[in-house]
Amino acid sequence: MEKALEIIGLNKVYRNNIRALENINLTVEKGDLFAFLGPNGAGKSTVIGIISSLVRITSGDVYVLGENIKKNPDFAKRNIGLVPQEYNLCQFIPIEETMISVAGYFGINRKDAEKKTYTLFNQLGIWHKRKNTPRELSGGMKRRLMIARALIHSPKILILDEPTAGVDTELRLTMWDFFQELNRQGVTIILTTHYLEEAERLCKNLAIIHKGKIIQRSTMSEVFSMKKNHTYIIKTSELIIDSIQLKGLLFKKIDQNTCEVMADESVSVTYIINELKNFNLNVINIISKRNRLEELFMDLTKEEVSV
Amino acid sequence: MNNAILIAYQTIVRKEFVRFARIWIQTILPSVITIFLYITIFGNFIGDRIGNVDSFHYIDYIIPGLIIMPIISNSYMNVVGSFYSSRFQKSHEELFVSPVPNWIILLGYVTGGVMRAFVVGFAVYIVTTLFTSIPIANVALVILLTFLTAFLFSIAGFINAVYAKSFDDINIVTTFVLTPLTYLGGTFYSIASLPQVWQDISVFNPIVYIISSYRLAFLGVEETSLVLSLSVIISLIIILFVTALMLLSRGTGIKN
Repeated sequence: MEKALEIIGLNKVYRNNIRALENINLTVEKGDLFAFLGPNGAGKSTVIGIISSLVRITSGDVYVLGENIKKNPDFAKRNIGLVPQEYNLCQFIPIEETMISVAGYFGINRKDAEKKTYTLFNQLGIWHKRKNTPRELSGGMKRRLMIARALIHSPKILILDEPTAGVDTELRLTMWDFFQELNRQGVTIILTTHYLEEAERLCKNLAIIHKGKIIQRSTMSEVFSMKKNHTYIIKTSELIIDSIQLKGLLFKKIDQNTCEVMADESVSVTYIINELKNFNLNVINIISKRNRLEELFMDLTKEEVSV
Repeated sequence: MNNAILIAYQTIVRKEFVRFARIWIQTILPSVITIFLYITIFGNFIGDRIGNVDSFHYIDYIIPGLIIMPIISNSYMNVVGSFYSSRFQKSHEELFVSPVPNWIILLGYVTGGVMRAFVVGFAVYIVTTLFTSIPIANVALVILLTFLTAFLFSIAGFINAVYAKSFDDINIVTTFVLTPLTYLGGTFYSIASLPQVWQDISVFNPIVYIISSYRLAFLGVEETSLVLSLSVIISLIIILFVTALMLLSRGTGIKN
């Protein structure tokens, strides 16, 4: 499989001697929809900044589609589209002009830029706002504008740094469909997100970075197979007594009608419901406490912290 | 220059032109009003009492300096304001993640500054014609000097914008460096009329050479050798241009 991105022995030390990255090695294959996860301050944005030429490398190498970004930065820039975490839009010009300007930086003439803007703005549902400035847009619209801007030069790799932060659920689902469609068209997508459900739903492979080190690199299915336990939040119609011993399950009372039950992945939900019935508790609602990726993420980062 | 680079250059220049044209009340008009006041007060009210300088009526003598003053300040302020503002909003990132060469980025911003300088210079010149009708001795030299001066101070503005960490940093340089050098550069007097010690100090003020050669172009009076003045201006352009390119290449103020 061809590599879209290859990072070898990457280190980053900022001027204030803060070591942001420590010997990062990472490969993302072409056509992947890759989740790059980590808690705040883990080093995700530093890695993204380095790939996008906005952060200097202390040592190590980064290859974009086989080309070293130190030796051929323009090749990397032409092939990468970046949607940064923070809004970085010029606040005073109409968003249509922002698109045409950015296209111009990539050598695309005005006529072609207008066509591409029309297509992208329509796909992302912001065509009717084209004459507005970013100041007049909602948070969700600004995010969509930044996605459109990152795609103006048809990059082969799209880096999305928290693309759905501050976006409502309905729009988030629409954006997921948009990313999946782009990925189907052959665009490699690297996604960082705090919504682990988003990563679980969209991505095939993932890496977790913590304190500047990669602590997990695997496929999504491998990750799920690592997680042996599930925690459920259960609501019952009857009052729950304090001490209940459920066979093969860990039980914790939350309030009079709610409890938390941890079970091995081999244990079925029916078994849990029946066990509770033995104590005259009828289940009226059962939900997973966190999604599986979220649980694993918490476990991994917690372990690292304790180390 | 290949087509992609040319498009990138045109894009930056167009963006810069639209920026200052859109806010012309803030970018063009103040200089016109200021010069109107200068000419009214210094030229008419005070000038009549001063009499002639180098056989020119005082108002005619100070006009070249009054025109070059806004050319200097506007070219400088255009670039420092625009580039620092884009850094402040982080919108400069959209330029630096694209494959535009550093020299095109610099040239694009500088061209924006030069364009504003020409627009302001022409507007100010029109105002001066309301008060005096001195013929321009050498139009080509006026255009060349306007271009070189605007180019020089546009680069200086760019360097200031790279280093600036707040809007105050922009004003500090303008207030404490640019304005004193301009006022002490001979706009309102001849350097030759100063005591020797001040004449010797003035040699280190680059604006002296600009005003002196601008006065030559307008009035035909040579106070400092034109060759020396052009050498100083062009040398400074080369030094500052190379410095700005080095800063961009290092990513100073741009990359972490």
